[in-house]
Amino acid sequence: MTRALLLLRRRLVGSVFVLLIVVIGTFLLLEAAPGDAVDAYIASTGGDAGMIELLRHRWGLDQSALTRLANYLWALLHLDLGQSVTFSRPIRDVILERLPNTLLLMGSATALSFGLGSALGIYAGARPGSFRDRFLSIGSLALYAVPGFWLGLVMIIIFAVDLRWFPIGGIESIASGKTGLDRAADIARHLVLPVRALGFIYLALYLRMMRAGMAEVWRQDFVLAARAKGLSRRRIVLAHVARNALLPLVTMLGLQSAQMLGGSVVIESVFSVPGLGRLAQEAVAARDTPLLLGIILVSAVLVIVINLLVDIVYAFLDPRVGASEAGA
Amino acid sequence: MSPLRRFLLTPEAIAGAIILLALFAMALSASLFFPGDPQAIAGPALLPPFQHWSLPLGTDRLGRDVQAELFHGARTSLAVGLAAAAAALAVGAIVGTLAGFAGGVVDEVLMRVTDAFQTVPSFLLALAFVSIVGPSLGVVVAAIALGAWTGPARVARAEVLSIRERDFVAGARVIGMHPLEIAFREVLPNALPPVLALSSVIVAAAILTEAALSFLGLGDPNRVTWGGMIAEGRAVLRTAPFLSIIPGIALVLTVLGVYLAGEGVVETTAVRRSLS
Repeated sequence: MTRALLLLRRRLVGSVFVLLIVVIGTFLLLEAAPGDAVDAYIASTGGDAGMIELLRHRWGLDQSALTRLANYLWALLHLDLGQSVTFSRPIRDVILERLPNTLLLMGSATALSFGLGSALGIYAGARPGSFRDRFLSIGSLALYAVPGFWLGLVMIIIFAVDLRWFPIGGIESIASGKTGLDRAADIARHLVLPVRALGFIYLALYLRMMRAGMAEVWRQDFVLAARAKGLSRRRIVLAHVARNALLPLVTMLGLQSAQMLGGSVVIESVFSVPGLGRLAQEAVAARDTPLLLGIILVSAVLVIVINLLVDIVYAFLDPRVGASEAGA
Repeated sequence: MSPLRRFLLTPEAIAGAIILLALFAMALSASLFFPGDPQAIAGPALLPPFQHWSLPLGTDRLGRDVQAELFHGARTSLAVGLAAAAAALAVGAIVGTLAGFAGGVVDEVLMRVTDAFQTVPSFLLALAFVSIVGPSLGVVVAAIALGAWTGPARVARAEVLSIRERDFVAGARVIGMHPLEIAFREVLPNALPPVLALSSVIVAAAILTEAALSFLGLGDPNRVTWGGMIAEGRAVLRTAPFLSIIPGIALVLTVLGVYLAGEGVVETTAVRRSLS
């Protein structure tokens, strides 16, 4: 257990530095954006030059860039992301309201791409160089080449417009008054297409990684030993080859989380899922820069947390991780 | 056997090369076959494909020629994809070389910055950058490169770490070369091959990001883009799905062509290296 804790502590320290750099980066972007919070406020409420002067002074915007950065950091430490002009509400509240939908979409899509991708990867990697191996390799490459938003649109044309199997968009039926399990089933039905669109794109990645990993493991001596023991091919594939090739995929799960968050922006826009990604697009459309940068900060924190979790899981799966540190 | 011949012997690589050649031909001949503004009205609105000989792929909501738009869109896709990838590879190679060769605090700081860039979803970063600076071709290229340089930087750094201990680097030090000169004239060129092996993946990702940006309305408004065409067609998805499907197929083929040709190149050069 100390092993995992030591690893966690080291990663946490690194994460704080990384987060600080991200915050400075968003601050610079905020500075580069035309207009400031006062301009946005005056644009929505109206006011004269004296009022602008007063507000700039009161909000500390007339001070030096360094002081403003300090104020920005201080506010962030109190989990204050500022006020959204478009929603006339604190940015934190707007983001927290949208976050669960994105997490649900991302979580389901990750499960789909990881589960199906690694399963197909095992199927292809069980017989390297066979027809099914070549077919799945090329097929996954083709899938990898498909833009997510376009796959979403094609799915809408086929499954929502032509076949009418699934709803065209949204997260649940509006004003249906459904509760409990009915509501969960309704949300699940709405999420089928977006989860597939998002999950299928990243499926190829896990398939190819699994396959490549298995090709490496096949050459190892312990596989030869397993064969010499007279184990069945099925057992060698599942218990020895696939199991050892699975570990790198777990790391990929964390690394891919940032990509998947980015991918959910377009998927949520295509399917009008009210999540973080769709919020980002709304912020762009409304030129609400503080909101957009707030989303970036929250995404960065989310990615860091996911990677920490993946590291912990990995430490449990692979006893070699952190062993040297615990011994020292 | 020459590398070119070996390249031409793999069917995937041939398919990729053919797709890319066709694409370059489209991009280069766009002004020849479709002179003038591709966004000008060419016929009746929403003409389906294969109905009229002069408008083989039909027209969009405003009566613009889909085929002309497709040709001019190839130009934007290729230009943005190649430029963004070149910028990302250059920045990545320089940052990675500096970090790996300097070591110490410089290395630590540069790698933390790299971590930070990898923590922020690159698409969100590109979205924010374009929406703050304003959409134009150059800004879109910079926005995509901003999220793509980290991979090359890590590869370059790892390679430089192994190269800087070699004898010829020590030799360069002995003859009194400036460390920066050693880093960029002696070490960097030797660290390039594995970095360049990433180019096909980066070009493909750049083309997809550009398409997604212009799909969300953040492309250069004065240029035809495939992503923008798909977004245009979305408004008439029920009645004229071909408007979204045609540019999408062009995108898929392009990215697939880049992947296939890239894999072919990497494979042939890898084989050559293992033979020698």
